[in-house]
Amino acid sequence: MENIIEVENLTKSFGKITAVNNISFEVGKGDIFAFLGPNGAGKSTTIKMLTTLLEPTSGQIKVAGFDVCHDEDDARHSFGIVFQDPSLDEDLTAYENMDLHGVLYGINKKERKERVESLLKFVELWDRHKDLVKHFSGGMKRRLEIARGLLHHPKILFLDEPTIGLDPQTRNHIWSYIKDMNQKEQMTIFFTTHYMEEAQRVAKNIAVIDNGTIVAQGTPEELLSKTNSQSLEDAFLALTGHNIREESPDAWAHIRAMKRAKR
Amino acid sequence: MMKVVYIFWLRQIKKYYRSKSRIIGSLGQPVLFLLALGFGFGPIFQKAGQGNYLQFLAPGVVSMSIIFFSVFSGIEIIFDRQFGFLKETLAAPVSRFSIMLGRTLGGASVATLQGLLVIIIATIAGFRFDVAASLSLLLLFMFLIAVLFTALGTAIGSLMEDFHGFQLVVNFLIMPLFFLSGALFPLEEAPKILTAFAAIDPLAYGVDGLRGSLMQTTHFGLPVDLAVLFCLSAIMIALGAYFFSKAQV
Repeated sequence: MENIIEVENLTKSFGKITAVNNISFEVGKGDIFAFLGPNGAGKSTTIKMLTTLLEPTSGQIKVAGFDVCHDEDDARHSFGIVFQDPSLDEDLTAYENMDLHGVLYGINKKERKERVESLLKFVELWDRHKDLVKHFSGGMKRRLEIARGLLHHPKILFLDEPTIGLDPQTRNHIWSYIKDMNQKEQMTIFFTTHYMEEAQRVAKNIAVIDNGTIVAQGTPEELLSKTNSQSLEDAFLALTGHNIREESPDAWAHIRAMKRAKR
Repeated sequence: MMKVVYIFWLRQIKKYYRSKSRIIGSLGQPVLFLLALGFGFGPIFQKAGQGNYLQFLAPGVVSMSIIFFSVFSGIEIIFDRQFGFLKETLAAPVSRFSIMLGRTLGGASVATLQGLLVIIIATIAGFRFDVAASLSLLLLFMFLIAVLFTALGTAIGSLMEDFHGFQLVVNFLIMPLFFLSGALFPLEEAPKILTAFAAIDPLAYGVDGLRGSLMQTTHFGLPVDLAVLFCLSAIMIALGAYFFSKAQV
């Protein structure tokens, strides 16, 4: 299988804190790749570096053949992303958020109109498409963000905890759509989640990251047999332990924490 | 490229007309300046033989409303960072320059509109000027001031991580620029030190340009005003675009 993501010796430090410590992995084209780990393990930081939003401290990342540090624009053309935390403009309507995204990704007007309508219908938000996003519930916003991530058909789709806060019906609905795109268009899916049964069900390959380093990698079956576990949840706990982690919500929180420490 | 610039310009316009409270709220300060200073200092100004103070003050207050509104428009990037929308734009496969340019032109357009509202209010208060002669020149000056300071706000907003530093920007940048610009007093008879400061204050050229196009009286001369504002706007857009392109989330 041809690799579409190649990460080599990737490190990211925020001052004294090393969020991601010398990790290397590959993701094959057309894979559904789950990137799992406890809170604060370095998942989101890694995704931010893969998607050109953060500069690595050291190491190399190739996305769709492009070095994300030097050919950012080419790399950005190749992927779409659904972020972990909100990324909508709440002062715009659902339709306007979708439309703006379509313009950013160079979808022409006619196609934009059709796709926005069909995707908003798909996530059951079409009857609210003229409403400002700030009046939406959490679940509705999440659905809108996923619909937006699916609007252009990228080579790689990054999903950072995409189904958080969604009910099982919506989760299944959305995953079947994503799996369909994966099959039809050979779209590579790179996702993180805390729902282990979800990862077990949809992922073809899994990497487990803890404290900034990758502790295990393989197919779900390989991870199960490696840890002698019945379920991925047990395997995950066997690999990463039972301690509850101190969460640092994002990179800026790291920086703020450092500033406080200095004072 | 043009489509991206347009969609971000449009976004600023939409956000503007949807925030009625902001439109009205931002008019409070200029109105206060016009009424309290305009009518308060009016008689003294008159006695000193300088004529009608409201006539002198109004262009200054217009420039004040534009600079406040436009710096704030630029700094709004911090809101986008906090509410997460910035990520969506930074991960998109379009040049950050076009995003920045669209935002800046949009922010500058609404700041210009806001300036026009202040002109209308000033006219109601008794300000008189000759529209027909110089409407396009007036709009050009207002827009240039707005572009310059929206781009400045964007540069600052790209570097700041939250709103805690905003008060610093207002007190140590905007207020000095405004007070030293000659918006409130004539530069002709001010002490040397003040005129020296005014000469390096970009807003001074904006205020002077507004006065020139509204009332045909200028300190530096309109061609100088135009040239200075034009060059500074271009430089500031380049700077703002540079800092914005380095922004991380």
